[in-house]
Amino acid sequence: MNKKNPAWAFFASVKLALFTLFVLAVTSIIGTVIPQKEPASVYAEKYGANMAQLIDVLDIADMYASWWFLALLGLLSANLIICSIDRFPGVWKQIKADNLSTPVDRIRKMGRRESWQVEGSINDTATRLAADLGSKGWNPEQLEKDGGILLFGQKGAWSRTGVYIVHLSILVIFVGAIFGSLLGFKGGAMIAETKQVDSIHTFDTQESIDLGFTVRCDSFGIEFYPNGMPKDYRSVLTVLENGKEIQTTPIEVNEPLTYKGITFYQSSYQGYSDFLVKLTSEKSGAEKTFIVPYQQKTLWAEENIKFAVAQARAAGQTVSAMKILFSVGDNEPTSFWLDAGGTATLEGEAGNYLLHGKQLYATGLQVAKDPGVWIVYFGCTMMLLGLCVAFFMSHRRIWLFIEDDNGASNILLAGSANKNRTGFEKSFEVLKQDLQQS
Amino acid sequence: MDSSQLLGITTFTYLFSTILYAVIFIFRAKKLGTATTIFTLVAFLIQTAGLALRWQESYQMGIGHAPLTNMYESVVFFAWTIILIYLLIEWKFKTKIIGAFAVPFAFLAMAYASNSGINTEINPLIPALQSNWLIAHVVTCFIGYAAFAIAAGLGFMYLIKNMSASRQTTDDSTLIGSLPSLKVIDDITHKTMVFGFLWLSLGIISGAVWANSAWGTYWSWDPKETWSLITWFIYAITLHARYTRGWGGVRIAWLSIVGFVSVIFTYYGVNFLLSGLHSYGSS
Repeated sequence: MNKKNPAWAFFASVKLALFTLFVLAVTSIIGTVIPQKEPASVYAEKYGANMAQLIDVLDIADMYASWWFLALLGLLSANLIICSIDRFPGVWKQIKADNLSTPVDRIRKMGRRESWQVEGSINDTATRLAADLGSKGWNPEQLEKDGGILLFGQKGAWSRTGVYIVHLSILVIFVGAIFGSLLGFKGGAMIAETKQVDSIHTFDTQESIDLGFTVRCDSFGIEFYPNGMPKDYRSVLTVLENGKEIQTTPIEVNEPLTYKGITFYQSSYQGYSDFLVKLTSEKSGAEKTFIVPYQQKTLWAEENIKFAVAQARAAGQTVSAMKILFSVGDNEPTSFWLDAGGTATLEGEAGNYLLHGKQLYATGLQVAKDPGVWIVYFGCTMMLLGLCVAFFMSHRRIWLFIEDDNGASNILLAGSANKNRTGFEKSFEVLKQDLQQS
Repeated sequence: MDSSQLLGITTFTYLFSTILYAVIFIFRAKKLGTATTIFTLVAFLIQTAGLALRWQESYQMGIGHAPLTNMYESVVFFAWTIILIYLLIEWKFKTKIIGAFAVPFAFLAMAYASNSGINTEINPLIPALQSNWLIAHVVTCFIGYAAFAIAAGLGFMYLIKNMSASRQTTDDSTLIGSLPSLKVIDDITHKTMVFGFLWLSLGIISGAVWANSAWGTYWSWDPKETWSLITWFIYAITLHARYTRGWGGVRIAWLSIVGFVSVIFTYYGVNFLLSGLHSYGSS
């Protein structure tokens, strides 16, 4: 680590940091103006053939994952690492410095200083002032030198590490992001009600990923506010392993299901023109769920029931009511309107039947596994702590030199702070007055 | 009395407050100082009551949620945080001149909220916004935005003072002379930016955590996210230039204004000019 090495000096410089941050800020704008991840034809149509070629070469269509943008982030990381390695030893020295070895001549020249005289020997005075400083949290050290007694106390020496904690936190966030993208995946699945999947497709490569378990969509429903805005998208999911039901959990936006490190988020839905009809015999307790295409007669052979959805009322893609035809055995079919999601009781020869009918939906799930997310959150916490330390805490040092003056004690108080000097000036003044009055 | 009346009154009280601070500055009417502060505080309390009432009204409508969910509500809240932070600065730094450069932002925000024709109704929350992260995310972001607004006002103040012949004076004999010394303006600008930077960081992080719990991605480079990061970069550059390269004065004053332009674009421009996931604010 030769500090004269020009390459080292380049990577350790703040100029490079300012340059990299500036270039990152400016180039980041591109991806907010040019739509991302569109097919090549879209760019050719929108911007012309030449621009489309440039977009292709520079990978603008996915610029935040492009070679040059990642290279900029790499440059920022290199800069952060080398700058920190370059500067940290000096900071460490400041934290661990033996401040009692500070020459008295230098203390006499410090910017913040005051001197006064008190009665009594220097030993008595030193003991008294040391106790005073101790009670104010300065933890004074003491040394006899140059014919007098030197007291030194400091606060917030560790605050000098604040800025390095922030730098490190950015690297931790990057590590978490890389970890997550190498070991995790982001994908989606569209599961129709009553159906199940044991794999999903990733968004970027459309690769199929085996979940290691099965997820079934038991039901999906939408609720609306009176003004027509969507209120709730809700799916009930069941996790199965080896055909055995493990857990059944309702999910909605902002309340996902996590199982074995894989999280399922409610993200979209699709309405079908088929219907989901559940029939229950009150007498025998027998129950069966059918997926019924529109206007197609369906048979429940065991109970000798025939039924169909003959008509439907819909607003857009959403069915609000359906007309059901229902017959048991060879009887005349009854027909009636049923609100979507409603249940009707129907009389049969051998007892009543319950009929529950609704439009068939598929739930659109976003499926993600990101083992790096906790590293990222740890980095974020570090950053906030580091920022607070770097901005609001300072390393404050005070020296008291006590000299004999014909049996009385001459006291010299001096101090310095590495940040917030106006604040230090005030507290120095208060300290001086307290010590003078003690 | 309903919340829209109280918030309507707020627009006028902030206008009057702006005029009072301008009078203090232009006519060096120091005697008005205490009255102006009290008036502004009362205006702030009226707005606070307006926001609280709007919150309560949403519960009466059966769709209870914090009043932080669309462009109108966010602009009103922006004005609220500007006044809150301004009053704290006035109290901490014991100067009322900054009011003439900070309070107008709150008035402009309220005037925009009431007169631009944006939807002022209380609407129910769409599923994506039904989260406890909503309040944490919006509040942290807007404290940051408001601090940056005031920092820009201070930067503007610095540039005016610096251009004038009486840039070195701090007496009341001239208009510009009555402004705090360049060193003091520079110091307060810097401290306000530092404060804003911390809250912007919190805002971005809370947004990332929320996005992860709603969509499974803490960062997706959507235009709003990207612009908040661009803003973060600009202030990071400013702070580094100051700490390590000793930048101050005019350069920092200009950067405080550039930074605020980026804030406004992040907040407002993205919603109306670009498309993305984060489109709740534009309705």
